[in-house]
Amino acid sequence: MKFKINNRFRAVLGCLLAVGLLFSTPSFAFQQDSLAQDTAVSAATDTVEEGQVDTAAAGAVADTAATAEEGGAAAATTSGSSSSSSSATVVDEGPQIDPQVYKNLTYYILLFLIVCTVVAVVGKVLSIYELTRKMNGKYNPFANNTFQATLFIIFLVAFLAFVYYGYAVWGDWAWRAAVTEHGERIDTMFIITTVIITIVLVLVHILLLTFPYIYRMRKGTKAYYYPHNDTIEKIWTIVPAVVLTVLVLFGFFTWRSITNVPEDLQKSAIQVEVLGEQFQWQIRYPGNDGVIGKRNYKLTTPMNSYGIDFNDKHAWDDIQASDIVIPVNKSVRFHIISKDIIHSFYIPDFRVQINAVPGMTNYFQFTPTMTTEDMREKMNDPKYDFIMLCNKICGSGHYNMQKKVIVVTEEEYKEWLSTQNKYFTEDLQKEFAATNSGDPKEFTTASLN
Amino acid sequence: MSSTVISHGAAHHDAHDHHQETFLTKYIFSQDHKMIAKQFLITGIVMAVFAMLLSILFRIQLAWPDTDFPILEVFLGKWAEGGRIKPEFFLSLVTIHGTMMVFFVLTAGLSGTFSNLLIPYQLGARDMASPLMNMLSYWFFFTACVIMTASFFVESGPASAGWTIYPPLSSVPTSIPGSGLGMTLWLISMTLFIVSQVLGGVNYISTVLNMRTKGMDLWKMPLTIWAFFLTAIVGLLSFPVLVSAVVLLFFDRSVGTSFYLSDLVVQGEILPNEGGSPILFQHLFWFLGHPEVYIVVMPALGLTSEIISTNSRKPIFGYHAMVYSLVGITVLSFIVWGHHMFVTGMNPFLGGVFMITTLIIAVPSAVKAFNYIATLWRGNIRFTPAMMFAIGMVSFFVSGGLTGLYLGNAALDINLHDTYFVVAHFHLVMGSASIFGMLAGVYHWYPKMFGRMMDTKLGYLHFWLTFIGAYLVFFPMHFMGIDGVPRRYYTFTAFPFMDKWISVNLLITWAAIIAGLAQVAFLWNFFASIWKGKKATQNPWGSNTLEWTTPVEHIHGNWPGEIPTVYRWPYDYSKPGHDTDFIPQTVPFSETMSSNLPHDFEGNEEAIRIQEEWNKANNREVIEG
Repeated sequence: MKFKINNRFRAVLGCLLAVGLLFSTPSFAFQQDSLAQDTAVSAATDTVEEGQVDTAAAGAVADTAATAEEGGAAAATTSGSSSSSSSATVVDEGPQIDPQVYKNLTYYILLFLIVCTVVAVVGKVLSIYELTRKMNGKYNPFANNTFQATLFIIFLVAFLAFVYYGYAVWGDWAWRAAVTEHGERIDTMFIITTVIITIVLVLVHILLLTFPYIYRMRKGTKAYYYPHNDTIEKIWTIVPAVVLTVLVLFGFFTWRSITNVPEDLQKSAIQVEVLGEQFQWQIRYPGNDGVIGKRNYKLTTPMNSYGIDFNDKHAWDDIQASDIVIPVNKSVRFHIISKDIIHSFYIPDFRVQINAVPGMTNYFQFTPTMTTEDMREKMNDPKYDFIMLCNKICGSGHYNMQKKVIVVTEEEYKEWLSTQNKYFTEDLQKEFAATNSGDPKEFTTASLN
Repeated sequence: MSSTVISHGAAHHDAHDHHQETFLTKYIFSQDHKMIAKQFLITGIVMAVFAMLLSILFRIQLAWPDTDFPILEVFLGKWAEGGRIKPEFFLSLVTIHGTMMVFFVLTAGLSGTFSNLLIPYQLGARDMASPLMNMLSYWFFFTACVIMTASFFVESGPASAGWTIYPPLSSVPTSIPGSGLGMTLWLISMTLFIVSQVLGGVNYISTVLNMRTKGMDLWKMPLTIWAFFLTAIVGLLSFPVLVSAVVLLFFDRSVGTSFYLSDLVVQGEILPNEGGSPILFQHLFWFLGHPEVYIVVMPALGLTSEIISTNSRKPIFGYHAMVYSLVGITVLSFIVWGHHMFVTGMNPFLGGVFMITTLIIAVPSAVKAFNYIATLWRGNIRFTPAMMFAIGMVSFFVSGGLTGLYLGNAALDINLHDTYFVVAHFHLVMGSASIFGMLAGVYHWYPKMFGRMMDTKLGYLHFWLTFIGAYLVFFPMHFMGIDGVPRRYYTFTAFPFMDKWISVNLLITWAAIIAGLAQVAFLWNFFASIWKGKKATQNPWGSNTLEWTTPVEHIHGNWPGEIPTVYRWPYDYSKPGHDTDFIPQTVPFSETMSSNLPHDFEGNEEAIRIQEEWNKANNREVIEG
């Protein structure tokens, strides 16, 4: 008896709470809307006023700055006034957050509490239903078991539909065929892997989610004692092993062909150096001599931010470029270096990525097979560009560290290259001459003295 | 063979029970494995909630990059001025979310809880080999948690170089504000955490090897124990390497050494460091980092094995194969770390070798998945919330594991490395799968921990919302990665090709918020049931393992009398010829003559002869498959 009363009391209380919330919330929201309008109006006037105050304050600060320069006597008073004005702004900052913000939060919390209440009420209703079934002797202890098993079947259907949707829609958004020679090989392997894993994913999930339904516990069912079967286990060890061996060999040779470029091809390729720093990239072409000049990070100056060592004459004709421009169907060897921390040189369309690591040079050599123009036509997007982006966490500007990659025909490339500026600008030449000739000069003056 | 058995006499043990327990020694500085397990679990849950809130914060930023949320300023102050999270703080959120989830929740919260709870219980031991070390292990872990959380109260913010803390970003404070004091705290916290793991690991290993009860030879151990045992070995061998990495990084930051630094010009300033290599750190980090993935997932696999078998009322399929595949994963996990470094400039040939070892590890993983399905086949499946989570765990393990075939393949990894594809992959295979394994464990062993039952309806609600939510969150990320969207990007607005993913980001964030709110159902269920749950019976799931032979009320030393002796393996469910569908490990074969199989006697001629005589006398025919 005691239990029953307690239960009824709780149910009543829950109902009261639910009804109360139901009634209070819409009016609350309504009230909020009207409040919101009010505050919006007042906020507008507030900002106007604040603007005036701000300009006034700015004027005052300027004044004080001027007076501060004039004399020490005035400084004491001005500092006093400026501190008071700053304290005033602090006071202003306090209530800057609109009270509406807090109300919105409360509103959402209340909304969540209502959802909780609804869940609790549904839960109670369900247990009452179960209790009555039990009292009437119609309770099926396996009803929930069947229900959950059915949910697994429904989930299976939804899951497969979701996977299909993902492949069809998002997959379509995501997939662009590679536009480099090695990228095409990667793509083939990607597709083969995708086919294999999709089959496995679907089959495993069909089994994993239908077995619970088929073999759910019901009245009088019994499990089949089946501790092991060596043959089956051998099969499903060997089959994945074979499939994986094929993938491994395929992958291994592809990987070697990408990373292990013969030395003569390395030398005959166009050389481009890319230097990553927070949060931009710098590009250096070797110039007419085809050799990239030495770099020594210790020689970095504000003017020579790249740190090029101009004692190396190969550096004198090195070319500075604002974008990465490369000719189509020509092998290009990128030298990737970093000035400060680790970045990553990543061009998704080219299937190219290598980290830029301070203290060492990494290389990636590839051959683009499509010009930007052709790609734009193919994508039917006149603004489409190949993009090189940073793909290793490098600080606050990591999300926007990009360079355009423009693939052009060979003639266009040569023409473009001839219009680019050299790193060794006149200013740098003067600086270089000054530092180089500076030392002997000092010696001579010293000897004169 | 069975090892040394320390058999406390009942009378002798009673004397122990009477020593005074104060609040401090019972609940705070407890040396009892059951209490320490609860401490690990609750700390883990608190950390999980905290790390989840961090993830919701950065998901909000990603879904609505151009919207102000003034409420964020109320809570975060200068890190969200005007209601927008700053890029530096975004990176802090990502970093601390990762660190807490991987180390505090899925390592300490998972194996700390269940190794402590189940190793003595399922092996038949009174407690851990060293209860004092066990207590220290928890308190080191707790201190690590406190320090990590405290880094949010540092002026320059918490560590923000990613959970992998690659130098030089993590070692040069001018490169990112989070690499100031926040990073120092991260390193201190991690060192303490590793001390905790080593103390715990030594304890687990010595307990498993030395304190098994009579009859409990290694091949009679439940798969949970195998998993914890192998996990502890992996942890013990790999965590100290992280200490060396962390200490060297600490030297680089605070003492001026150059282990990881060379040729740096940060913010226009030429740094004096010379001769170090950032790649060295990556090798040291991933030598732990990859085994860490298995430290996280193996206990979940162990718990799942036990739960699936119990609730399918059927022996786990291929017990030996399950153990060998765990051993295989353990061994291989030490020689695959290079697959995190294919594009860092590591020698490409070495990359190729790591690729081969990496893909081999898929074989034992596949065997495990198939064996789970075979266990379900022709079972008699009972859908307790724990069972639901266990099935969900297998689903995540499969769908996340399969994408490992792309990432383990060096050539394919070129384009997928560090993109959202990776995020999707590891959140499914080690994030969601381990969390589901852990939740399955919590639902299953809650009666053992607190002596009460959790509410099943809330459990189902929790399961379905989380299961669907996790797939909605992580599955679409694969496609973003294939498109080339890098991870740890503060916003997608800087690149035209990412515009199309804004809608998907909205879906992901809403799914994350709903799945996050669904955890309230769990938290309510968990904490309310401690006091208000239905009283548990001694063996609520009809389970075979030893922990269910202990009384519901926790007592010091676990068993009131003598420790029970073990006669059989833990998976005799639905054995034909027996009247109930389970035979606990403590039941001798002499009491189950009607269900014994020749295989059970492991070649003991005498026993087989007796059984055959009995069979003849009772007209029983035995066909063993």
